[in-house]
Amino acid sequence: MSISMVKALNNGLRKALQDDPKVLLMGEDIGRLGGVFRVTDGLQKEFGSLRVIDTPLGEAGIVGSAIGLAMRGYRPVCEIQFDGFVYPAVNQIISQLAKLRHRSGGVITLPVVIRIPFGGGIGSIEHHSESPEVYFAHTAGLKVVTCSNPQDAYDMIRQAVDDDDPVIFLEPKRHYWTKGEVTDRTPAPFARARVLRDGTDATLIAYGPMVPAALEAAEAAAEEGRSVEVIDLRSLSPLDLDTVRKSVHRTGRALVTHEASLSHGFGAELAARIQQEEFHFLEAPVLRITGYDTPYPPSRLESDWLPGVDRILDALDHSLSY
Amino acid sequence: MPRRQSKPTDDAQPADGPIQFLSPEGILGPDSRLELPPAIDLLALYRDMALVRRLDSEAIALQRQGELGLWPSLRGQEAAQVGAAYALAEQDMVFPTYREHGVAWCRGLDPVSLLGLFRGSTLGGWNPYERRFGLYTLVIGAQTLHAVGYAMGLVRDDVIGSGDGTRDTAVLVFLGDGALSEGETNEAFLWAAAQNLPVVFFCQNNQWAISAPYSVQSRVPVAQRAAGFGFPGVSVDGNDVLACLAATREALTRARSGGGPTLIEAVTYRINAHTTADDATRYRPSAETDEWTAKDPLERLRLHLTASGEGVVDEEYFADIERREQELAERLRAGCRALPPPDDASSFENTYTDMPVELRRQLAEHSQYLAAGQEIGAVR
Repeated sequence: MSISMVKALNNGLRKALQDDPKVLLMGEDIGRLGGVFRVTDGLQKEFGSLRVIDTPLGEAGIVGSAIGLAMRGYRPVCEIQFDGFVYPAVNQIISQLAKLRHRSGGVITLPVVIRIPFGGGIGSIEHHSESPEVYFAHTAGLKVVTCSNPQDAYDMIRQAVDDDDPVIFLEPKRHYWTKGEVTDRTPAPFARARVLRDGTDATLIAYGPMVPAALEAAEAAAEEGRSVEVIDLRSLSPLDLDTVRKSVHRTGRALVTHEASLSHGFGAELAARIQQEEFHFLEAPVLRITGYDTPYPPSRLESDWLPGVDRILDALDHSLSY
Repeated sequence: MPRRQSKPTDDAQPADGPIQFLSPEGILGPDSRLELPPAIDLLALYRDMALVRRLDSEAIALQRQGELGLWPSLRGQEAAQVGAAYALAEQDMVFPTYREHGVAWCRGLDPVSLLGLFRGSTLGGWNPYERRFGLYTLVIGAQTLHAVGYAMGLVRDDVIGSGDGTRDTAVLVFLGDGALSEGETNEAFLWAAAQNLPVVFFCQNNQWAISAPYSVQSRVPVAQRAAGFGFPGVSVDGNDVLACLAATREALTRARSGGGPTLIEAVTYRINAHTTADDATRYRPSAETDEWTAKDPLERLRLHLTASGEGVVDEEYFADIERREQELAERLRAGCRALPPPDDASSFENTYTDMPVELRRQLAEHSQYLAAGQEIGAVR
């Protein structure tokens, strides 16, 4: 059945609510409205307001109270309405949610999921198109994952809810309405990268919103006779380095693309790892195709600011020129 | 959705100062605003306040001897903490700041475990579920939201409002006057109010947030602020253990029965500096400290017990407390020095439920590095 990523997430959350009475959804406008992106559409009607909770407008309150609920044995799934609104909750996420297990010597388990629609490309106003993934990936104690298609969205949201550690679940909002086949098959292992397209000349690594662009670029490159392997990371923390390493080992070239700014970004981590572990097999430096080191621009500039197929192909040319 | 919504009660801010039963002179009297619960064990209250004071002074001594990196003293706040703790039912949950040594003591925590965090041998020190006493929270105000979430869980577990005293459960969360300025505390207040949650906010207004007096935090008294959120605020003499006990008992009883949150302001004073690393003489006049020392919570109860003519206290009672204090001090000293150093691997093991591959690699690398260092040391 072909459904949108929003519907896939909605189905996944419904299944999670059905499977475990301890699962709760909480966030701003997620009840009667069904969330501003309708990810929770109809769920409050089905499960009641004690399980699908319309919270006051306060992101610290959402995450902070989720911590208390988890300490009482619940499994809260928090919705942050937009990426740019997660920052008021950062104290609770970084200083409390991520650390309490460690501080308590493993006694406190916090199975909390924080869903964040993230990334640009939807023509929105400021604070609605951010890529905060590295703040969380840099924090020990959190898992950070992102889906790129409806099947993964359906599988991964349920895996995130089942996970006993706090999970930051990033939803690429510009692909919310992209449709794809979703079935109830055995899901791919959580926190494992996946090779979406085989290739021999270079490895192109992407996650979340950049995955479709990466696939498109690989397709265009193939028309020019170049064979590009595309990896969807799916999980930034923990990072499945094995899949990346094996691919680069074969292709000898690596390119990383993400929407977030270049400097100190996730591409830096991957480039460092790849050169550290596959140095002798590299034919060219690891290249990064990313957003720029500016705040996200006004949306009328975003199509030029965001890395896209052309910039990826240019970088591929550059890599192959070595 | 609140299911047992009660009407917010009138603001109980007193016209003539905080509620008080026991005067600084040790005279016990009624207060028209609150009933003193029957059958209060005054001797137990005094004994615990005395032991908690000794725990505190011993920890300060251990800090001075280099055994602890830091210690936040509770001296002057014994009545607030012991009084509040005596109001708890076993099933109630406590979320403390980092200064609630007296509450921890009354909750039955091993007092040595309180030292671990300040010695650098642990980041927590106890199982928060065993005695229903959360870990200390150093980020100001953060625990108020955890308390609210826990209280939301109580509503969902349907353990309020049944009338069964062994089943109905509430949350008692501690905060200081400085925490009232944090956005998160204000979020906690409005969440608790809007959902009518079984949570009692116990604010020890010790007048100083390090060097900032309460006037820097607010233009209105602490208790008055509750009205703006839609629940009762009550101000009690924080150096009167009976007022603290009575007000907390009433608030917790109401919370357990589905009556919603209360903010209690215990008006007290931090006799020592903020922590052993702080120098209060830089910002606080000594006359102020002297004035509050005269309102000492232990002294007033001792005066009452010895001078009221109740005939319940003899020399043996105080001699017994003295013996217990000595035992406690020795136990703390020996226990502190015997606290095991943290295990190198535990930091890696406790970060996630399952150690990720990369962390496993780092642990192996670190263990190898440490083992190599030991080998070199052995050769030398």
